Amino acid sequence: MIQLENVSRNFTVGDQQVAALRNIDLHIAAGDYVSIMGPSGSGKSTLLNLIGLLDRPSSGTYKLDGGNVTDLTDEQQARVRSEKIGFVFQSFHLVPRLTAAMNIELPLILAGISPAERKARVVQLLENYGLTDRADHRPDQLSGGQRQRVAIARATSMHPAVLLADEPTGNLDQTTGKEVLNLLEKLLEQHVALIVVTHDPVIGSRATRQLHMVDGQIISETGRST
Amino acid sequence: MRLTDVAQFASGSLRGSRTRTLLMILAMSIGVAAVVVLTGLGEGARRYVVNQFSSLGTNLVIVLPGRTETAGIGPGMLIGQIPREISLDDAQAILRSRAVKRIAPLTVGSATLSRNALNREVVVLGSTSDLLEVRHMSLGIGKFLPPGDIHESASVCVLGNQMKRELFGNEQAVGQWVRLGDRRFRVIGVLAEQGESMGMRTDELVIVPVASAHQLFNTSGLFRVLVEAKSREAIEQAKHDAEQIMFQRHSGEKDVTVITQDAVLATFDRILTALTMAVGGIASISLAVAGILIMNVMLIAVSQRVKEIGLLKALGAPAAQIRNLFFAEAILLSSIGSIVGLILGEAGVFVIAKIYPSLPVVAPWWAVLAALGTALGTGIMFSVWPARRAARLDPVMALARS
Repeated sequence: MIQLENVSRNFTVGDQQVAALRNIDLHIAAGDYVSIMGPSGSGKSTLLNLIGLLDRPSSGTYKLDGGNVTDLTDEQQARVRSEKIGFVFQSFHLVPRLTAAMNIELPLILAGISPAERKARVVQLLENYGLTDRADHRPDQLSGGQRQRVAIARATSMHPAVLLADEPTGNLDQTTGKEVLNLLEKLLEQHVALIVVTHDPVIGSRATRQLHMVDGQIISETGRST
Repeated sequence: MRLTDVAQFASGSLRGSRTRTLLMILAMSIGVAAVVVLTGLGEGARRYVVNQFSSLGTNLVIVLPGRTETAGIGPGMLIGQIPREISLDDAQAILRSRAVKRIAPLTVGSATLSRNALNREVVVLGSTSDLLEVRHMSLGIGKFLPPGDIHESASVCVLGNQMKRELFGNEQAVGQWVRLGDRRFRVIGVLAEQGESMGMRTDELVIVPVASAHQLFNTSGLFRVLVEAKSREAIEQAKHDAEQIMFQRHSGEKDVTVITQDAVLATFDRILTALTMAVGGIASISLAVAGILIMNVMLIAVSQRVKEIGLLKALGAPAAQIRNLFFAEAILLSSIGSIVGLILGEAGVFVIAKIYPSLPVVAPWWAVLAALGTALGTGIMFSVWPARRAARLDPVMALARS
């Protein structure tokens, strides 16, 4: 489903070229649970951004669902992001002035889905993530775990094929972190490809495939592809 | 994204930063209100002048002695060379034109008006019975000058309201005798209080038959002939006829000037409309300033909401959509600002009209439209840059910002 072939990403810092990713070849199938680990600066987040179409590779090709998405226009990439990719961030990134329900609804609004269907989906999601009684609370009235649950509900509201989580438990205590991971892992049942970036080996080891990155390269992979 | 959702999202983010929104609306509305009030004042001045002119009479054509391109004192007058005067018969001849409804010859001079021990200098107007209609004067009590032979002098006079009060107080004036210069006149009427019109206070006038005035001042010429055309359409014809008649009677010499009230009025109208537009233009500078303020605040909003913009991009919003969201905010802001400004402006106009009842202050519709248009226009124009800046943000950088 996700196919990266010989992908590199260079950044220009000052007058120097810095390679954030070097010749990455990676294949991830639907329903895969992949963790990407490595020290900071190893290119984990850059890889995640590339997969999430927030960034473009300097060279190489990226195929998503069989189609080449490398050369799509910004508009087309936005559309693919809207339909196929969900993000969960370390710092949740909820819109502070919107209630939990409205935050969950946001991708649906952006995609232009009818209000009636939006409402039905939001009610369902709130229930799935145990947030029904928090629907009208704004982010600053929610606990960290609740915020991340809102973020996961939002990420899944468009039924994405890929869910990208960048340190999803980084701002949470251990217990809540585990709860959040359980919720994310439940998505695997729906054949979502789950990719988690972390530098916590305990969390990373829960994934079926564990990629280790150093200096923009995948140096080893443990686990197996399902 | 649906239009209603765009509007809702935009109004949501405006509500999210209340102080900023209120300040921007305030700036916008002050601009609009300034345009409305100032053009209202300009228009009020224009209407005031137009009203003053029409209070002089309707469909007026004015014949005055002397030939100058502009009305006023000709060079001949300054060196003591007086052009051939207009006689009473000349004035009456104008009545032959079919376009003319009636005429009123005018002779002006000043004399001492006295009764018993009281006396003062007054402007004496010599005319005929038709003056009342032609000049749109109104009579308080008694009668106006009697109709009849224009050459016949009668020792009767009509007093301006203030003259009557000064000379008679609360006493009955009609039927009493007063002295004008060295002649005695019987008061037959008193004008109603009219105030000022075009610099001439009818309240301070004394009106006598034109022949009596000629005797009083020992002249035979007329100061003006007021000619009332039958209708608005007949004004040009009346002007032409008057010129022709005078031309013939003065043995083929064009030595009178004929002006129409409309022409004078049109000139004033043009000047004052230009003035109103100039004032409105100056006021609209404040609108431009408000526009720049909107741009400034929008730019701040973009940098404050970098994370949110990054998030929207990650959630699948294309650049155009983000641009539209910021546009929608600007449009909302400037339309609310315009409406508030319009209300403020109209309120201001209302207050001014209360304070100066004689000034018919009304903001002209074109100024109101222009103000609203400029407000919306500047609001949108000045949000182009901030909106583009938001749309172009790199989502990775935006999300990484903490």
